[in-house]
Amino acid sequence: MTVKIKVENVTKIFGPRPKKVIPMIEKGASKRDILEKTGHTVGVYNANMEIMEGETFVIMGLSGSGKSTLIRCFNLLNKPTSGAIYVDGENIVNYNKEQLKFFRQKKIAMVFQHFGLFSHRTVIENIEYGLEIRGLSKSERRDIAQKHINTVGLKGYENQYPDELSGGMRQRVGIARALTNDPDILLMDEPFSALDPLIRREMQMELLDIQTRLQKTIIFITHDVNEAFRIGDRVAVMKDGHVEQIGTPEELLETPANDYIIDFTREIDRSKVLQAMNIMSKPLSVMNGKDGLHVAIKNMEEHGISSVFITNRERQLLGLVTIDGAIDGVKNKKTLEEVMTTDVLTATPEEYVQDIIPRVLGSKYPLVVIDETNRIEGIILRVHVLSSIISHSADGEVEGEETLSQSVKPVEVTE
Amino acid sequence: MNEFPNVRIPVGDYVEKFIDFLAMNFGWLFDLIFTIASTTIRTIETALLATPWWAIMIVVFLLGWYLNSILNGILFAAFIFLIGSFNLWEDTMTTVAIIVISVVLSLAIGIPVGILMAFSKTFSVIIRPLLDAMQTMPTFVYLIPVIFFFPLGNVPAIIATIIYALPPVIRLTELGIRNVDSEVIESAESFGSSRNQMLVKVQLPQALPTMMAGINQTTMMALSMAVVGSMVGAHGLGERVLFSINQINISLGFEAGISIVFLAIIIDRLTNGVADRLQSTGRRSA
Repeated sequence: MTVKIKVENVTKIFGPRPKKVIPMIEKGASKRDILEKTGHTVGVYNANMEIMEGETFVIMGLSGSGKSTLIRCFNLLNKPTSGAIYVDGENIVNYNKEQLKFFRQKKIAMVFQHFGLFSHRTVIENIEYGLEIRGLSKSERRDIAQKHINTVGLKGYENQYPDELSGGMRQRVGIARALTNDPDILLMDEPFSALDPLIRREMQMELLDIQTRLQKTIIFITHDVNEAFRIGDRVAVMKDGHVEQIGTPEELLETPANDYIIDFTREIDRSKVLQAMNIMSKPLSVMNGKDGLHVAIKNMEEHGISSVFITNRERQLLGLVTIDGAIDGVKNKKTLEEVMTTDVLTATPEEYVQDIIPRVLGSKYPLVVIDETNRIEGIILRVHVLSSIISHSADGEVEGEETLSQSVKPVEVTE
Repeated sequence: MNEFPNVRIPVGDYVEKFIDFLAMNFGWLFDLIFTIASTTIRTIETALLATPWWAIMIVVFLLGWYLNSILNGILFAAFIFLIGSFNLWEDTMTTVAIIVISVVLSLAIGIPVGILMAFSKTFSVIIRPLLDAMQTMPTFVYLIPVIFFFPLGNVPAIIATIIYALPPVIRLTELGIRNVDSEVIESAESFGSSRNQMLVKVQLPQALPTMMAGINQTTMMALSMAVVGSMVGAHGLGERVLFSINQINISLGFEAGISIVFLAIIIDRLTNGVADRLQSTGRRSA
């Protein structure tokens, strides 16, 4: 993956003489001190980040943390007081008027919290605005706009005015208007915050859908951790104009940089963030079916476990043999295949923990994580699920104890 | 001790000298303005008088019906008929011609000035006291220099009317543009709009409902100048009112006066109707 946007030491200060304030911040004066002493507001201080092509990058923070100020630096609605922003290797801060116009018309588009729609224009006229600015003919821009109206599910609303639509519908117009310009980069400033929770959820899902199809570089602002973690490939947390930590949702949960991040992620529902692959353990109670029942029994005895997963040579899951089944098989001279049960519950590595909970709790045996070719990637025990939901600090301990009591030990399996 | 010191700052004299200077050196300019203005008025007046009374009545009825309601349409038509029955048709058409040209010129000056004020804080700060003066300075005070430049008649009346009626459209144009939702401006900017595109495609359309309120006020104030304008020689209904005052002719005075009121009601409702129509498609999105 290539770097699409590189933010280097970007600082944005609001006030009559912003440059004069920079030394004060460098000495460590707080945002409040600076406001009281000089009347300047520090929006963003010394932000650094790299945003990859095709990534959904979320900037999260409470109100006043500088996230909206920062996102406006990406299309120079705010010009940074100092620092550089490279897009495809070009420093956009140095753009002249013409270059900036071109950049905004072709490369970047923005979706706003309160939609920012033109109330004097119909839905389709709103959506084609960017193309109109670029001087496309009416028929050309109608065609393109219509395509995007269909993308966001606004078909039939073309000739309505924004104030005739619900909030969710209006934001669809906002998104379609941004997409119509076919920008590489999509800026979204709390686009779903003004919507009610049900609609918000629906819009998030649709955004993910659109993103899988279009693969834009998206910079998404939110104050909602759950939203950030649901949507973001990576998340930057901001506080008082500073970037506190940047990482994937799992990284923020597992290795928080400081207490602020821990506080922030406390209310997150971990089962919605962590995936099967994050909590599974190595698939060790596994053996090759060719080895027969005696090996299976020996294997279980050796490791003190009551069941073993059976695979073929390619480590593809065939089924499961329990100790009772194996002993019964030996007594009655049955083959391994005859006593093996194929009724094994599985999960894919990408499944979220919350979705696999019922399967884990409803089964006597571990859950097997398999990839698309049916190969075993790992297994998930009840304890894995439980410990993953509990907060970070308690993790290690709980896992250790419970693992012992379940008597699953790491074993090498000979094939 | 309590007396004011014997100091005299003759501001009035300076103004008088300045007016003299203008009259001496820019006579040709005022002559040109006079010729253009009086020709235009005569043209509009002639056109209105050439139109049959019933045609005007039907147009007013249809406009009233379309912009307000059929009831208002009927009411407006009745007003027009009453004016005709007062035998004031020609005077009314003259007044309408004066109002139309005053308002058109006011808008031609006022809207650009309002736009400039919205864009430049400095310009706005300079112009504002001037607008205050235009609205509060007793009309007669600037009637004096106006008749200095132009022969008595319709033209000085139009100049005085414009001075008096101009401020509302300027103020509300500025207000309308300044009050456009900041996110709407940001979104237009984020698409790479040029300054002109922003003004024409976003700011003016968004400000239009507010501007219409200003245009309505300007029109009403222009109408209220009908009588004052006649003091410097304007014809029309105002002239009738002045005439009836001199003659102590209550009947004529009332008929001419109520005719001005009828015109005011019709124009007010019609321009309001236009504003409402714009409003319904121009509501704020937030």
